[in-house]
Amino acid sequence: MKIPFSLSILMLVAGVYPATGQTMSPSDFTFHSAKTWIILAFIITIILLVASVALREKVAALRKHYRIKRKEENRTELEDYIHHLNSSQIETILKCRGKKKVANLPVVFIFLLGILNVNIAAAQSGNRSLLGEGGIIITLILVLVPILVGLFLLFIKITNALNRQKNELRLKEAEKLSDYLKELPEEADTALKKRKAALDYSLTHSELSGNQPAEDVKGLLNINRSAGLPVVAVKKKALPRPHIDPALSRLVLWYLACATFWLLFGTTVGEYIGIKFVAPDADHLSWLSFGRLRPVHTNSVFWGWASLGMLGLGYYVVPRVSNAPLASMKMAWWALYLINAAVIAGTICLMVGINNGGGEYREYIWPVMLLFGVGLGLTLMNYIRTIAKRTTREIYISNWYIVAAVIFTIVISLAAYIPYWQNGLGETIIQGYYMHQGVGMWFMLFTLGIVYYFLPQQLNKPIYSYSLGILAFWTQILFYTLIGTHHFVFSSIPWWLQTVAIVGSAGMAIPVIAGTTNFLMTFKGAWYKINDSYTLPFFLVGIIFYFTGSMQGTAEAFRFTNLIWHFTDFTVAHSHLTMYGIICFFLWACIYAVVPRLTGREAPQITIGAHFWLALIGLLFYSIPLMYGGTLRGMMWLEGKPFIESVTMMAPYWLWRAIGGSLMWLSHLFFAYNIYKMLTSKYTVDIREAAIRKLQEQTNMESSPVT
Amino acid sequence: MKFFDNHKKLFGTATIMFVGLTLLVAIIPAINNQQKNRPLPDAEEMSPEAVKGKVVFIANGCVACHTQQVRNVEMDKTWGSRPGLPADYAGIKRTDFWRNTATLMGTERTGPDLTDIGNRQPSLDWNLVHLYNPRIVVKESVMPAYPWLFTTREQASASDVVVNVPEAYKKGKEGTVVATEDALHLVAYLQFLKQTPLPGNNAPEFLYTREGKETVGSGNTPGEMDGKALYIANCQACHQANGEGLPGAFPPLKGSSIVTGNNLQLYVDIILNGYDARPEYGAMAPVGANLGWTEHEVAAIINYERSNWGNDGEKVSPEEIKEIMEFIQQQTK
Repeated sequence: MKIPFSLSILMLVAGVYPATGQTMSPSDFTFHSAKTWIILAFIITIILLVASVALREKVAALRKHYRIKRKEENRTELEDYIHHLNSSQIETILKCRGKKKVANLPVVFIFLLGILNVNIAAAQSGNRSLLGEGGIIITLILVLVPILVGLFLLFIKITNALNRQKNELRLKEAEKLSDYLKELPEEADTALKKRKAALDYSLTHSELSGNQPAEDVKGLLNINRSAGLPVVAVKKKALPRPHIDPALSRLVLWYLACATFWLLFGTTVGEYIGIKFVAPDADHLSWLSFGRLRPVHTNSVFWGWASLGMLGLGYYVVPRVSNAPLASMKMAWWALYLINAAVIAGTICLMVGINNGGGEYREYIWPVMLLFGVGLGLTLMNYIRTIAKRTTREIYISNWYIVAAVIFTIVISLAAYIPYWQNGLGETIIQGYYMHQGVGMWFMLFTLGIVYYFLPQQLNKPIYSYSLGILAFWTQILFYTLIGTHHFVFSSIPWWLQTVAIVGSAGMAIPVIAGTTNFLMTFKGAWYKINDSYTLPFFLVGIIFYFTGSMQGTAEAFRFTNLIWHFTDFTVAHSHLTMYGIICFFLWACIYAVVPRLTGREAPQITIGAHFWLALIGLLFYSIPLMYGGTLRGMMWLEGKPFIESVTMMAPYWLWRAIGGSLMWLSHLFFAYNIYKMLTSKYTVDIREAAIRKLQEQTNMESSPVT
Repeated sequence: MKFFDNHKKLFGTATIMFVGLTLLVAIIPAINNQQKNRPLPDAEEMSPEAVKGKVVFIANGCVACHTQQVRNVEMDKTWGSRPGLPADYAGIKRTDFWRNTATLMGTERTGPDLTDIGNRQPSLDWNLVHLYNPRIVVKESVMPAYPWLFTTREQASASDVVVNVPEAYKKGKEGTVVATEDALHLVAYLQFLKQTPLPGNNAPEFLYTREGKETVGSGNTPGEMDGKALYIANCQACHQANGEGLPGAFPPLKGSSIVTGNNLQLYVDIILNGYDARPEYGAMAPVGANLGWTEHEVAAIINYERSNWGNDGEKVSPEEIKEIMEFIQQQTK
């Protein structure tokens, strides 16, 4: 694999030009049209007109000033000036008057200004009649440019001269004022002193607080005296929580660390195959060819990253909301080993060319998927046994979603891998069912369960409506199970089955709207918390995509939209909006919420911010061009254009996808770094702790340090 | 609700509901279709080579970009003469003990649909060159190259299938490029992929027909068809956009004596029924016959080819072509 990375970047950049050329429709502006010239002449006329009016106004104002000054009636006006003096000015005046000295004001010469009679209209003569001929136009421009520049300079000169004139007048007035001040009688001093005292009055700043020294008896204040200027907005730190069983902590952290590894691995592969759309000859190795790497990407982010991430968070949530310890730590570890083994083995199999048959997300052969299935079975037993030992009467809604997701996924895997109904079209019907249940009943259901725990916890308030959550739960089961075959609309599977899938897709609006409402209403009254939390923005993005991504799925299922969008990259954009926008953002939110509680260490806020923004912007760069290009491609197919034209048309959109993908990939590097920082941070001596310990040693006390 | 405070009842209910719906919308329809559908009587048996080729096709994940389904909508008419039917897939069984059934219907059409590729592009030479590196024949293609399906030999033996790869694509390797068994099997599979004709003539109709605009292959329109579009879609892959073909693989049309000459009958015959008279070039498929072209398509193509790349041939009318087509048909009968 010797494709230089810089080369692909270069190709990406080089392709931007056709991209902009393709997407923007050129305006019909031209210098060859008479209309353009008339408009230009008109604009110039307007500018000159405005300039002349402005000059006229200035001259008029000056002349008015002269006329007024000729009448000597400005006594009251001078008194007015005195009234508006500030304290320090009064002080200076008093001093001067005390010294009885005459302060000489500098004298400035008056510049006389010749009256300029600018014939503005002359400048624009002739440029209307001679249009059309290129040579004449160029000549006109050449003539017009110095004239316009000259006029502009003239305007500035006149304005400056007028300004000087105005200042001259003001200085004269100042002279008069100083004379007046000198002539004022003695008693005016006392009046001025009084006025100064009044102006100098101020409160003592202790009217409300009294003169007692401040004391924080309740320990509410925590002032950091050496705080530097922050680079990013300062967010709240995670609160220290009651202790969690270290064995459980270790387990959850291992799940999350493995998940992070698979995220990095899977999206590195994804990034690379995205680049292959732009540079198909990047390498010629069979193991790295597009068709083999594509399932490696999808399966490792599915079964490696998202699944392990969810399960890890599940191992935290299930015991917590059951208020009981996890039933078996050993089984949980075995599940982790098995699932990791499945993804490793599956990845190797796919890369050497062992593929189950090409059904999406079903590319792992059954012995590999069996490892994953056993892992899920162990997890299910573990979760249910934990819930059975619960000390609460009711089962919190999170556990409904989480356990149901595990049960359903086992059912789905069995349906997909048992061979008795897989011949001919049977395979296609099962494939439609499998690929969508995998997404909706495994990732979506499980993640919703986690969010029902972590979102209220992060907002520090209960979920808005328990019953909406329950409604969403049952309607999700009812409608989601039906929609699988909408991936095969217009194919040879039975027409009624396609219709059922489309109706089910429309029905999905109910759980989606119920869920979104529930989350947003939980936010109600706590929106301000987004400002100082670094987890809530992830939740919010997840909620927004939960609504838009899911409703987009409904829209895609209709027959007409299928005509345009099916088989195009629109589907790819949709799957990323949902799997990435919903699942990944929710998982990140929950991981950033839980890991600091387990380790007591937080990631730097600046890298969390970088992760968030790169992921969000990258996702938009990725999906919007693909949706746009996918739509155009579908339209070309509808019009019956040659297929290859639809391939060349997509090139700029594939390029944007690669750019967006690179940003997303970069954000994962930040995420991995954050995980690393939360798991291990270098040991630094806590001065206060160390001092206390020293003190304890000295006094030979045997108590443990306060945490 | 108290009922749901019992975890067994809660998860039991959810499981029953889910399994029940699964049976209704997935398992039962799957079993039903599996039992009910039979392959068409005219369906061809897969050759052992094609069977092996399908394994190569699956292993390399070709389904990621190539669908194998002609939907019953007008826009899919490019990919087959009739919509796909359950019977088309009925003969596909489990691949082996380790691998599931592969109908390979696909969900992405980054590349062309392959349902009928055996009719559209049966040429062994073209397929091999294209697999070695698609950009040799289709410059705009983003398909991966599959050089590992080929070996380079200093001297090709008599049994070797030599692939005519331009020097620029050999990446400095000396010798002749020879197709491996895998490559030949894969092409055998691609050549096998043909829509089976229906007995009688009662294929289901295409939906969402385009109004006003006539489509490629549907022939009953008076007036001129778009010869350029037809050329791009059906001829360009071999003869190239500049009409120069590929030396040693596909003959040029630019300055060709057949294109610009007087033997219109031979010209029409080649377009309809293919050609394999010149050993230095690969065989041409019966493109026109496969796609059911009428005199309108043929005339449009001829006029396009005669008036481009510096060619300056006489313009033909569909009526003229119709006569020749009828004559050719009588001859072959």
